[in-house]
Amino acid sequence: MIGRISRTTAALVVFVLSVFPVYWMVLTAFKPTKDIQSATPTFLPLPITFDHFGTAIAAKGFFSFWRNSLLVAGGAVLLALLVALLAAFAIARLQWKGRRAFVLMVFVAQMTPWEALLIPIYVIARDTGMLDTLWILTLVYFMMTLPFTIVTLRGFLAAIPADLEEAAQVDGCTRGQAFRKVVFPLLAPGLLATSLFGFITAWNEFAFANVLIIKDQDDRTLPVWLSSFNNTFGTDWGATMAASTLFMLPVLLIFIVLQGRVTTGIVGGAVKG
Amino acid sequence: MTLVAERPVQETAPAPPKRRKRPVLPYLLIAPTLLTTAYLLLYPLVRNVIISLQEFGLPQLVRGDAKFVGLANYVKVLSDPEFWAVVRRTLWFTAINVVLIMVLSTLVALLLVRLGKGLRFLVMGGLVLTWATPIIAATTVFQWLFQSRLGVVNWALVAMGFEEYRDYTWFADGEATFGILVTLIVWQSVPFAALSLYAAMITVPQELYEAARMDGAGAWRVFSTITFPMLRAMFGLITCLEVIWVVKAFVQIWVISQGGPGQATTTLPVYAFQVAQSLQRYDLGAAVSMLMVVLLVLALLAYFRQLYRQEREA
Repeated sequence: MIGRISRTTAALVVFVLSVFPVYWMVLTAFKPTKDIQSATPTFLPLPITFDHFGTAIAAKGFFSFWRNSLLVAGGAVLLALLVALLAAFAIARLQWKGRRAFVLMVFVAQMTPWEALLIPIYVIARDTGMLDTLWILTLVYFMMTLPFTIVTLRGFLAAIPADLEEAAQVDGCTRGQAFRKVVFPLLAPGLLATSLFGFITAWNEFAFANVLIIKDQDDRTLPVWLSSFNNTFGTDWGATMAASTLFMLPVLLIFIVLQGRVTTGIVGGAVKG
Repeated sequence: MTLVAERPVQETAPAPPKRRKRPVLPYLLIAPTLLTTAYLLLYPLVRNVIISLQEFGLPQLVRGDAKFVGLANYVKVLSDPEFWAVVRRTLWFTAINVVLIMVLSTLVALLLVRLGKGLRFLVMGGLVLTWATPIIAATTVFQWLFQSRLGVVNWALVAMGFEEYRDYTWFADGEATFGILVTLIVWQSVPFAALSLYAAMITVPQELYEAARMDGAGAWRVFSTITFPMLRAMFGLITCLEVIWVVKAFVQIWVISQGGPGQATTTLPVYAFQVAQSLQRYDLGAAVSMLMVVLLVLALLAYFRQLYRQEREA
């Protein structure tokens, strides 16, 4: 009995500690400014206001930051899917010399300390005239997500029995047709999950966006804009929290869409390399 | 290709004999990956090594006539006491974070195993929500939580009777900022570690626990004689991953404190960036980041060893 009560208490403490910062963010975003500034904070969302969201959306460049983030993250993910699908097929379905070495290279690439490459990539971007363009960000994010995409797609591909493909080939399909007509439909959920995770990585990335886009402030992405909220909103915490909430929304939606696969997929992906 | 060879049916549809010997297809399929990895990963890494061996400041960046100076940058960095202070701070920062992350995650995972369905769902939901929070959003929220005048943390501390926290400016004090960064990183890292450990713990056969309990073993004994030894490889794996992630942590620190106040929160990645960006000594910055890579490779080797062990045990 005592064990049960203490377990329940511990569970609630863990829950509150993990949820509170996010709750506080959303709550502040909906609170009228006078409640935000009152000496005793309120912990319930009453009364609510949408003013802060209005301020955030009306901020200069808000929509171009969204567009930039979407373009960069979307472009990176599409590129990564295309390139990774080919490689994943080669690893999961074909036998060839150097396969093990290639898999090892992908695992190593997945652990790249990108933080250590800020300087050379800045220099390269400058030399090639890609500094201050969204292209360089797209390429960097593509490379950041590629190894993970290969590893997970290989996992999804391996889960689809090769017999299916062979049966289709026996029935007269070419290898390409068998892949397109039989494997691809089965792979679609895996493709979706993988690309959404890649999307989150690119969507959240800050360090490179901060270094590579400097001159034209309109070319910035959302994370960089959010981090400089002091210049944008001054001490308007309501608007800052509203902007953070909006920024988090797509990520949260993706997590909800993927539900179970979130834990199994990422944990599996991470643990298996 | 062996798949094809295994099936006698396939022989009726003959493949070109050349492909049997040395199939080109796999190499064509991996070519895009190899090419992009070479240009976007290998080349920057090599370029970093080259820059770290050159005299490379703002003039060289503009004119592009950097001189080769051998190991001079490394000598300069390694003989700078500030660099060693940063290394010590990085190790200390990593140790505190990783120990806290592993202890808390283990406790949360053990708790999850023991919870009923409803509460477990609730706690897991909370963890996933934390996990889903983007670093930048979390960083911004933490700045707001610990804000001096209107922050809810100071309000709560004052309400609990700690009068000295009224209008306390956390971010003006080195140790307080350090503490907040640790809290932030631990908060963000526990969900992944806890959920992975939980997923591993439920694979341990229940009979083992029952037998141990029949023998009168307490909770600690069960953990230290069954759970931990069974999941040793998993614990090792997650510890390695967390070490790598914490050493690399850049965004949280840069956004909250830029390594300050003073140098109180300057870890290796922050230091490399400061040197390169603020002092425009790209050569020294590159040398520092190469030294960080060496440190990370050590952690990475440990990780791969654990990965290998895990694969063998699984």
